[in-house]
Amino acid sequence: MSKHILRFHVNDRAVEVAVEPWHTLANVLRNDLNLTGTKIGCDMGTCGCCTVHVDGKARLSCLTLALECQGAKIATIEGLNEYEIHPLQRAFAECGGSQCGYCTPGFIMQSCAMLKENPDPTRDEIKAGLSGNLCRCTGFMKIYEAVERAATEMREKPVSAPVKA
Amino acid sequence: MPIVQGSGSTRNEHQKNKGVWSDSGSPGVVANSIIGKPAPLKDSLKKVTGEAVYADDMKFPGMLFCRILRATVPHARVKRLDITKAQAMPGVRAVVTGRESGVRFGVLPVSQDELSMAQEKVIYTGEPLAAVAADSEDIAQAAIWAIEVEYEALTEFLRPQDSLKDVEPAQQIHDKVEKKHPKTNIHKAVDQEFGDVEGAFKQAASTPNASFKFDGISHGFTEPHAVIAHWDAEDRIQLYTPQQVPHYTHRALAKVLDLPMHQIQVIRTTVGGGFGGKSDPFQHEMIACMLARNTRRPVKVTMDREETLLTGRGRHPTESKVAMAFDKDGKLLALDSDVLIDGGAYGSFGVVSAYYNGVLSNGPYLLPAFRYHGKRVYSNRIPSGAMRGHGSVNPRYCTETLVDMAAVELGIDPCELRLRNFLPPNSITPHHKFRVTSTGIREGLMEAMKRSEWSKKWGKLPYGHGIGVGCAWYISGSALPIHWNKLPQSTVHIKIDMDGGVTCHSLAADIGQGSDTMIAQIVAEVIGCKLDRVHVKSTTTDTAPIDLGSYSSRVTFMAGNAAREAAEVVRKDLAAAASKLTGQPAQYFDFAGEEIVCRSKPSVRVGFMEALHEAQADRGALIASGSYQSPPLGGDFKGSNAGLSPSYSFSAFICELKVDPDTGFVQPIKVWAAHDCGKALNPLSVEGQIEGSVHMGLGQALTEQMRYRNGQMLNANFLDYKIPTPFDTPEIEAIIVESHDPEGPFGAKECGEGALAPVIPAVGNAIFDAVGVRMFEVPMTPDRVLRAIEAKARKEREA
Ligand code: FES
Ligand code: FES
Repeated sequence: MSKHILRFHVNDRAVEVAVEPWHTLANVLRNDLNLTGTKIGCDMGTCGCCTVHVDGKARLSCLTLALECQGAKIATIEGLNEYEIHPLQRAFAECGGSQCGYCTPGFIMQSCAMLKENPDPTRDEIKAGLSGNLCRCTGFMKIYEAVERAATEMREKPVSAPVKA
Repeated sequence: MPIVQGSGSTRNEHQKNKGVWSDSGSPGVVANSIIGKPAPLKDSLKKVTGEAVYADDMKFPGMLFCRILRATVPHARVKRLDITKAQAMPGVRAVVTGRESGVRFGVLPVSQDELSMAQEKVIYTGEPLAAVAADSEDIAQAAIWAIEVEYEALTEFLRPQDSLKDVEPAQQIHDKVEKKHPKTNIHKAVDQEFGDVEGAFKQAASTPNASFKFDGISHGFTEPHAVIAHWDAEDRIQLYTPQQVPHYTHRALAKVLDLPMHQIQVIRTTVGGGFGGKSDPFQHEMIACMLARNTRRPVKVTMDREETLLTGRGRHPTESKVAMAFDKDGKLLALDSDVLIDGGAYGSFGVVSAYYNGVLSNGPYLLPAFRYHGKRVYSNRIPSGAMRGHGSVNPRYCTETLVDMAAVELGIDPCELRLRNFLPPNSITPHHKFRVTSTGIREGLMEAMKRSEWSKKWGKLPYGHGIGVGCAWYISGSALPIHWNKLPQSTVHIKIDMDGGVTCHSLAADIGQGSDTMIAQIVAEVIGCKLDRVHVKSTTTDTAPIDLGSYSSRVTFMAGNAAREAAEVVRKDLAAAASKLTGQPAQYFDFAGEEIVCRSKPSVRVGFMEALHEAQADRGALIASGSYQSPPLGGDFKGSNAGLSPSYSFSAFICELKVDPDTGFVQPIKVWAAHDCGKALNPLSVEGQIEGSVHMGLGQALTEQMRYRNGQMLNANFLDYKIPTPFDTPEIEAIIVESHDPEGPFGAKECGEGALAPVIPAVGNAIFDAVGVRMFEVPMTPDRVLRAIEAKARKEREA
């Protein structure tokens, strides 16, 4: 078995990396590209910690084979605050939406994708949007508050493009 | 953010007396600029940007990767363990087995029963047998698959009842068992009786009793176990580990590796959730160190989710028979309980669990007579240990259910009955001599009743819709350290150099609960500086003074007091400097907003930096140390230490829910959670702890259970082990109750654990209010609720 060359864009940078065919996007981001902000909580699609954007859509990077992303545009938590901190990041920090922080990058990436499609979600829509993400620390209340606060802020002052891609 | 003032302690005398303080004049309230203000966690920006470094995020040059071979059977002799094929594989750098070390360890000195890897026999499915370090994880895993094991089955103890029986020594799981029962697999038996229990039951007007059963549950922290060990060129071992109690790991490593403690450095990485599940010294920590020693290379162990769940230490499965006695006015007379606790394969914190399951029933109600028989047994299941609310959660469900049953039988409102029985502030429990300083439970319950409109709802909602109440208390730090010695339980050091940065050193582990922020707030408050001047270094044993760590809900109380004491030393230095610069007496200065202001002449003031540089003249950096040691407490009977705490937290919760009578599905609607934390140093964090506890408690109440077949955990993943999702989690209204504890730092007590226990009985009691059935098995899954509804209907048909 031999490695394959994966060419894609990660946080607006062209990247070329040799990967094993069975390695997931999460593995490659973390181990090969050192983007360890993306977390692995279960490696089987049950916790949402590994959520990233693939071509603008939220995806579980532990269930995505790296080689599926040939030519794709990936955004990770590190890409959200390249130039300045993203309103979602600030809101999660200030509202207490992050305690141990392990679930946080996944929640933020999921929320970010959700707000792109629905900039003014109701509580129930937020719950639905985040129902694939697990947080063991916060009881979710402060996460909803953070998303609501960021949504308001982003409606008033749209973020140009978190990642320039 | 509702904050209710308790009347528990009228004045925070401790703060007044402790010296240099200016008081705003109102009872129990200090002129705070930082304490009591919501503060985002100090490390939260790192966490939201992905910058925070967890163990698995770290890389070292030349690092090797470890995988662990685990037992596939619950109890068996290891007839053959052949590692030769694994050793021969290219890329494999070392293979270790139980032969590496026969030294036993464990978190409690009395239960040193864990081996780094199994030797002659395995005692639970998941126990480590061997480990490989290789150039990549893929190679390490392939090598694990190449190891051959042959087992010879031994009698398996998979139900706790089996462990009570006398067996041949060869069938015993451990050599060392409870002295009173030498031929069994009983790990610890506790028998206590105080007061006239028989008499109380004879004269009682109501004697509710029932048998209860609780499945084991897991902490479910999101970060799987991961550690890195590095045996460096100077022959020191560096262990990077997300530990809640680095100090106990430090001790255990020294024992197992046979090294002096100073040759080991334990470095706490960012902890991705603990809840008690990262507070034992672990086999994988030992294994990583052994492989690092053998290879002289950094070795990383990262477990997958299944292994993390198999490593266990979750809440003990328990079965209990409990009876309570009340007089006709609903006054509690006695409690009689018999509890069988399944400890799984190791001792872990189990001796404490065996006591806590009984003695922590001495609150929040005044209990005149008490009998408890508790047995914690070894079994061939996943080791149980300490989990949020350790030892108090399951018995709390039992007592709160029985209290409710008594209320119904006596025709008294369940909240009213509770109000009649609460322990008063400044009291001592009759037998165990637990000293209650402050309590705001009365105010808490009344506030929760008001907000939930309890009196309009209880007993009056339509069928299928109910409301229930549950109350609890919890220790605010165990008064006795696990290792008996004269050291303080917490020490904090402060260093301030000419740059003006205030560096605090502590080994209290920030596990996401925000203890670093708590320490920073206290120090900033005392020396009147901005919060972002204060930097807390709490990760490494080389630089941090010993703190016993984050368990038993001790950190705010103990490390907080230590931080305050250290900061007061610095404050005196700065006051002396300000005095020198202004000619005003040192005791006349107030500290706030980065200024040191003369109380009688506010125009006379000195900037923080100016005072600092003056104070540093001829001596350099200001350094100070503060510590905390619990006062002597308790009675003088055997086991009198268990449950002692310098203070106790109290909580009163009300839950409203709906039950679908056709499916048994329970949907919580709202939880009103009043928790007395003494003083909310950081209301944002206190709310976060309460909300998180409610969420976790709802999981145990409704969905979470460790399921087994033949000793194998069936649901060791997050798909089948069901943690409540956003849709399962109702609105939570955290109500902070402030009773201003006389000995807590700024009046504070714990809030991280005590707020879990009351949720579960509040749910159970609400189910009774909704559909008229009592739930004696937890979790209250739809099938169990439905069975109870059907049984009730059958009984009514037959009657
Ligand atoms: S790690 Fe991908 S969903 Fe859990
Ligand atoms: S903050 Fe710890 S899991 Fe969400």
